[in-house]
Amino acid sequence: MRHLLPALALAATLAAPAFAAPAPVTVKIANFTFAAPVVTVPAGTTVTWVNEDDIPHTVVADDKTMFKSKVLDTGDKFAFTFAKPGTYGYFCSIHPHMTGKIVVKAP
Amino acid sequence: MDDKDPPSRRRMLECMGWAGAGVLWTVSGGLASSVSLDTALAAPKPGKGFSFLQVSDSHIGFNKDPNPDARVTFREAVAKIKAMPVKPAFILHTGDVSHLSRDAEFDDADQILSEAGLTAFHVPGEHDMLDEGGGVAFLKRYGKGTAGDGWFSFDHSGVHFVGLVNVKDLKAGGMGHLGEAQLAWLQQDLEDRSSSTPIVVFTHIPMWALYPEWGWGTDDSAQAMSLLRRFGSVTVLNGHIHQVIQKVEGNVAFHTARSTAFPQPAPGQGPAPGPMKVPAGQLRDVLGIRTVNLVRNGQPLAVIDTPLA
Ligand SMILES: [Cu+2]
Repeated sequence: MRHLLPALALAATLAAPAFAAPAPVTVKIANFTFAAPVVTVPAGTTVTWVNEDDIPHTVVADDKTMFKSKVLDTGDKFAFTFAKPGTYGYFCSIHPHMTGKIVVKAP
Repeated sequence: MDDKDPPSRRRMLECMGWAGAGVLWTVSGGLASSVSLDTALAAPKPGKGFSFLQVSDSHIGFNKDPNPDARVTFREAVAKIKAMPVKPAFILHTGDVSHLSRDAEFDDADQILSEAGLTAFHVPGEHDMLDEGGGVAFLKRYGKGTAGDGWFSFDHSGVHFVGLVNVKDLKAGGMGHLGEAQLAWLQQDLEDRSSSTPIVVFTHIPMWALYPEWGWGTDDSAQAMSLLRRFGSVTVLNGHIHQVIQKVEGNVAFHTARSTAFPQPAPGQGPAPGPMKVPAGQLRDVLGIRTVNLVRNGQPLAVIDTPLA
């Protein structure tokens, strides 16, 4: 058994990049819009929204349950990790004409 | 704002159109005709009618350009009300009392408005729905005796007042929204009333498609308006867009009000409807309050918008 340990350790090292989370993605909120209205990411990506407007906004999944930020005042952020592939529409519940979409692909 | 002449000319034309329709108001710079204004100001003499007051979009908690403290300008608005020679019967606040639905913001707003010494009725704006419960804080404070999510009606001197809520449970891609339950309530509320009853509807978001690109409208307002159309005099008051815009459709007159906190751009002017930056010395020209006078001789209501400056 002892001779296997270094091999396992090596395997773990090589595999590490495949298991690491995909690079995080930021979506700016500015001028009453989600600056990138459609964002395509691999599964497991954490998307962070940051409000750069001088008016508060929210980030709420279209179904209002999957994800739902608190009110984001100027400079506030909200993050959500998209584990499964699919298309996830969202909007600002204060200004519902503000809409966006996260398209999640299999990694 | 780079072209100063056409807006004022357009505004002048609007005034003339409105003078023709019998609904009058003052604008910054006093463009409304003095004869009309005199008529309007003469209206609330004892025994002839009454007046009430509308304030909107106090956004208590807002502290950014162009208004470092929305409490200060709200207090100035209330001081204007206190100084009126003829006391209005009551105050309607058409929403966005607070900026972020925080208790401290509502506390400040209530404390300031109470200085007017008048009864106040409130309908919520979308900024009043931002607490954890999505409007529970507002309803707890202002919703006593209301139905559903805070809609209500009352009568005063033969006029029927209806407060509607069009900021609750908004849907992705939509605008303001009344919902089936509220429309059913409105139908019941109106059905036994004679068509000669003057009606005043007050709510936060405009009740017509003023500028859908910015969400300035109410998805199901047409259903509400169809219930109101048979009445001989309907006045619809709202806030939300922080500027004065009017529209007449048959017997229905729509009026959006100024904010007491900050102005917003004219529809489509600029990239977004965020706070419009104005020099500190001009802020009070674009904030204001509204008086509505009712005269008992069948004339339409006289709506007078007064800037804080
Ligand atoms: Cu928003």
